[in-house]
Amino acid sequence: MKEITYTIKDPLGIHARPAGLFVKKLQGFGSGVTVSRGEDQCDGKKLLALMKMRVKTGETIALQFDGADEDAAATAAQAFLSENL
Amino acid sequence: MITLQGKGVSGGIAVGRVVFFERTNFVVEKKPVTDVAGEIERFHAARLAAVSQLEKLAVTMEDKIGKENALLFEIHRMMLEDTDYIDPIIKLIEMQRVCAEYAVMEAGTRLAQDFAEMDDDYMKERAIDVQDVSRRVIDILSGAQQDVTAGEDPVILAADDFTPSETAQFDRSKVLALVSQAGAANSHTAIFARTMGIPAIIGLGASLAPGLAGKPAALDGETGALYLDPDEKILEELTQKRKLLEEEKRSLEQFRGKPTLTKAGRRIKLYANIGSVADVEAALLGDAEGVGLFRSEFMYLGREDYPNEDIQYESYKRVAMEMGGKPVIIRTLDIGADKQAGYFGLPHEENPALGMRAIRICLTRPELFKTQLRAIYRASAHGNVAIMFPMISSVSELRRAKKYAEEARSELSGQNIPFNEKTPIGIMIETPASVIISDLLAQEAEFFSIGTNDLTQYTLAVDRQNESISEFVDTHHEAILRMIRIATENAHKAGIWCGICGTLGADSALTEMFIRIGLDELSVEPSYILKLRRRIAEV
Repeated sequence: MKEITYTIKDPLGIHARPAGLFVKKLQGFGSGVTVSRGEDQCDGKKLLALMKMRVKTGETIALQFDGADEDAAATAAQAFLSENL
Repeated sequence: MITLQGKGVSGGIAVGRVVFFERTNFVVEKKPVTDVAGEIERFHAARLAAVSQLEKLAVTMEDKIGKENALLFEIHRMMLEDTDYIDPIIKLIEMQRVCAEYAVMEAGTRLAQDFAEMDDDYMKERAIDVQDVSRRVIDILSGAQQDVTAGEDPVILAADDFTPSETAQFDRSKVLALVSQAGAANSHTAIFARTMGIPAIIGLGASLAPGLAGKPAALDGETGALYLDPDEKILEELTQKRKLLEEEKRSLEQFRGKPTLTKAGRRIKLYANIGSVADVEAALLGDAEGVGLFRSEFMYLGREDYPNEDIQYESYKRVAMEMGGKPVIIRTLDIGADKQAGYFGLPHEENPALGMRAIRICLTRPELFKTQLRAIYRASAHGNVAIMFPMISSVSELRRAKKYAEEARSELSGQNIPFNEKTPIGIMIETPASVIISDLLAQEAEFFSIGTNDLTQYTLAVDRQNESISEFVDTHHEAILRMIRIATENAHKAGIWCGICGTLGADSALTEMFIRIGLDELSVEPSYILKLRRRIAEV
């Protein structure tokens, strides 16, 4: 298992467009991804669930990767987040 | 003639017949089915057909509305492939043994409701995306025609509201304008209409009834007025206005991309005032040569807590990058007086305009100030950034503020964080005191920008918010014009530039005077830029 955390800096939070791109990126990996914010959790490969979680600017999310390509997935996710959110 | 008043969200004049965009199968019947497996099969087939429609749309719309906007169709496609969308529909077909159309509508409505009930406006508006997706599937299931622009003549298209797919798919040559009952400021209708250059009016309410279909109409997308059965007088007026708008547009477009030069060939810097990252688009569309005033306080307003350094840095960086190397002058926090944010905990004041505001807050609460300065300096590594302090009225205030800037710089150096060492520091000239000692301030600042709104209020002792004394607010008062002259002359004596970023800068009646005084820069609302460039070329 691999875990990363990230604090959202985009003024709009995780809004529709980056959410779509992010989920698409994660779907490219075999590993499972769980996104959590405090008690809330959702499947990182599901767009509607991620949008409904409504992560706002300044909030910190944790991502857990589980699977054969978890390292690569975590690296890609980290890069995507810091570039886009 | 009937006049309906809505909100104009995309300018322009249109005259034509109103056609109601009817979603023929909007009311879906709850039909029972016996072959449940077959019905689920039907749903999947329609869903996959919708997916392939959206894939094509995402590509074809890219040219029409840009990559960023076209991404929306990609998101719609992902929704259709999301099990959180699919599963409830299948469950409904199985449990209630109903037709696919009904299941899609029912499950889609519930999901849209979830979004509509969220506590922020942005997510509320996503409900329409969910509905749009469902409508597409239902249309395929029921074999409905989606093309509303199939008719011969171009029309004024009316609806309760337009979904993104609808707005984007219309054949531009068949649509004169869009008018809708509902609609929020950030609605897709507004954005797409503007991008595609179609006039649009939203928020016309229930009076825009389907019974009006087929009526001749005329509208003004700027004022938001829709005239049904327009009389000769209105038609004449609007035709005249359209002619003027077209002429004006043609004349202004000649100045796009050109340098701002006076008749004698002197170059004037023509910049835009902005309040947020989102305004950059307007600044660039307006052809600004830079941002002369980024009102950073808007980042602090409408929040529950202070924006931290990273959040500020991201916004400043984006503006700097999107302006692509053009100057971006960021004014540090100018909160207080008429702009309040609860979490600052500012005490109630008898006289807020003369109270704890702008630089006074920053000098009293250095930790707040330093956070902002660090964020601005970090952004300076990504573009052409300058810092501007508001409400300066003494040399010592400016020195103290600069001391904090220096501290921010040495902290960043110590942490090996990149920034531009030479980031210029300038000041707003907006108190009479700063004008009187502008010779001294010019020794310490790298540029002046005159804030005419506050300067007028403080010089003439007139409260801007007090309507009862509006007749005494003379913005062309000789005292103000002299103040501008004094500040400009003292700036030039010290070898620095001087501009105006207040409302007066856009006042074309004064442009000639400003040029004569020798002002180097004018920073105005983006829509005034081309007009001013044309005006400056005349003097």
